[in-house]
Amino acid sequence: MPTNTTTANTMFTYDFMQNAFAAAFAVAVVCGLVGFFLVLRAQTFAGHALSHVGFAGATGAVLIGISPLWGLIVMTLAAGIGMGLLGEKLHQRDVAIGIVLSMSLGLGLLFLNFFTAYATQATTLLFGNILGIDAATVWTLLLLGIAAIAALAAIARPLLFASLQPELAEAKGVSLRLLSVMFLAIVALGVAECVQIVGVLLVFALMVGPAAAAQRFTTRFWNGIALSVALALGEAWLGLVLAFYTDWPTSFWITALSGGIYLVAVLGATLPAGTRDATGQGMSG
Amino acid sequence: MSAIEFAGVTLAFGTRTVLADIDLTIRDNEFVGVLGPNGSGKTTMMRAILGLLPPRRGAIRVLGKPVARGNPAIGYMPQMRSALDQLRLSGWDFVASGVNGHRWGLPLLGSAARREVAWALERVQATDLARRPLAETSGGERQRLLLAQALLGRPRLLLLDEPLISLDPHHQRSVVELTRALQQDLGITVLFSAHELNPLLGALDRVLYLGHRHAALGTVEEVVTGPVLSRLYGSEIDVVRLNGRIFVMSGGHDVERDAHQHDHGEHHVHV
Repeated sequence: MPTNTTTANTMFTYDFMQNAFAAAFAVAVVCGLVGFFLVLRAQTFAGHALSHVGFAGATGAVLIGISPLWGLIVMTLAAGIGMGLLGEKLHQRDVAIGIVLSMSLGLGLLFLNFFTAYATQATTLLFGNILGIDAATVWTLLLLGIAAIAALAAIARPLLFASLQPELAEAKGVSLRLLSVMFLAIVALGVAECVQIVGVLLVFALMVGPAAAAQRFTTRFWNGIALSVALALGEAWLGLVLAFYTDWPTSFWITALSGGIYLVAVLGATLPAGTRDATGQGMSG
Repeated sequence: MSAIEFAGVTLAFGTRTVLADIDLTIRDNEFVGVLGPNGSGKTTMMRAILGLLPPRRGAIRVLGKPVARGNPAIGYMPQMRSALDQLRLSGWDFVASGVNGHRWGLPLLGSAARREVAWALERVQATDLARRPLAETSGGERQRLLLAQALLGRPRLLLLDEPLISLDPHHQRSVVELTRALQQDLGITVLFSAHELNPLLGALDRVLYLGHRHAALGTVEEVVTGPVLSRLYGSEIDVVRLNGRIFVMSGGHDVERDAHQHDHGEHHVHV
């Protein structure tokens, strides 16, 4: 099929597309891994909250002339560690969290107001602009991603245990608070990365959607981890390809794919148990 | 050697004293039912034995050593959390998360760890049901998985916090019988807290009744009497024995049954 090959080749002749694919790879792997634990711990709202807080950090950074990515990272990290320290006290505090979120967005808006390239910057931060990522940013995203994954790998075992059985984990000597702070700091890094692709408002699509679908599709831990990463990467890359051919926004395609796959997963889960459990034993069985 | 020793132990949260000046000794290889009204300190006492709540006064010794958090010789089954209802993870992975779960690193299991999980599941007859996601297990099946998890590491002391909550009488009986069989086969000590005494009758060696900051430990005949329970409940209690069952009545109400209906489990108090 010469035509298709030609167009695919054309796609990769553009530097911005190469950068976009590389950035999507770095970010999607982190999102798939972090998201899996976020869903398992029923803390998906934390991911959403951190991205909103990050918006103020990013716009503030633009205002004082540093890269919005670093403003985002500093702000999400601080908020993540803060949330981890508050821990149980944040439970059932939807109103307080909601107010902090809207204040952060409002503050971000104010910072943008002082900045001249208002509209472009706002859209980029809110909805992402993966096609505008340069090679230097790709490297930053890769290194940050490696740091986040290494940290997650270091705490994965107690994190899994504490997510499933907090009281038992505590009795066995796990510090729930330390673990929570460390995990939310990792989530903060993941969110900061994710914002580069889908923006502040759509972090859920790449960080929660694939992980939630994966946990519907498989009941085994390692299969779930692998599927979560594969779905995040597949949705991000396919979203890029579709955006290239349709000229519609990448973020739209990623959210559409994420939502569509989650829907399939939910509908699939209503099938009788027997048909679904054919996968049976996984890697650790 | 005794399994648990309390010497002048006072347990408190802030200004609220839950148990005051408790002296008791639980022997090795005993099945002890822990009973008492809501908030009488059943969970608190278990958390103290686990080293999660330092006593305000007095000393606790567990298996001959001063109490310490993370004691591998203690198996613990916390009250079931409703979050597990939604969990899509398999029972096998759920149980296995407890193998060396406190150590840093990736949750990879070697063959010894897998054998340990298989052994624990087999002990509670949960090998087959562990293939299903937790969300698709019944309350009784889930309790067996939790019990398997508590058995990991072959503990010599097992603390079971309200394993009968929200189970029907048939499943209550099977959980009690299974626990009794495990306790005798493995030669371990079990503390089994419950709202109601009757499901435990016939299985337990002694009963530990908590209430009004006091504790009474002894055989059912010694402890479950009007005078002893009146002191623990702080009100006039009649004990009625009928067809091998025991009813703890206050002014014509069955207080244990009432407690069970009002509140499914005392709430965990985190400090």
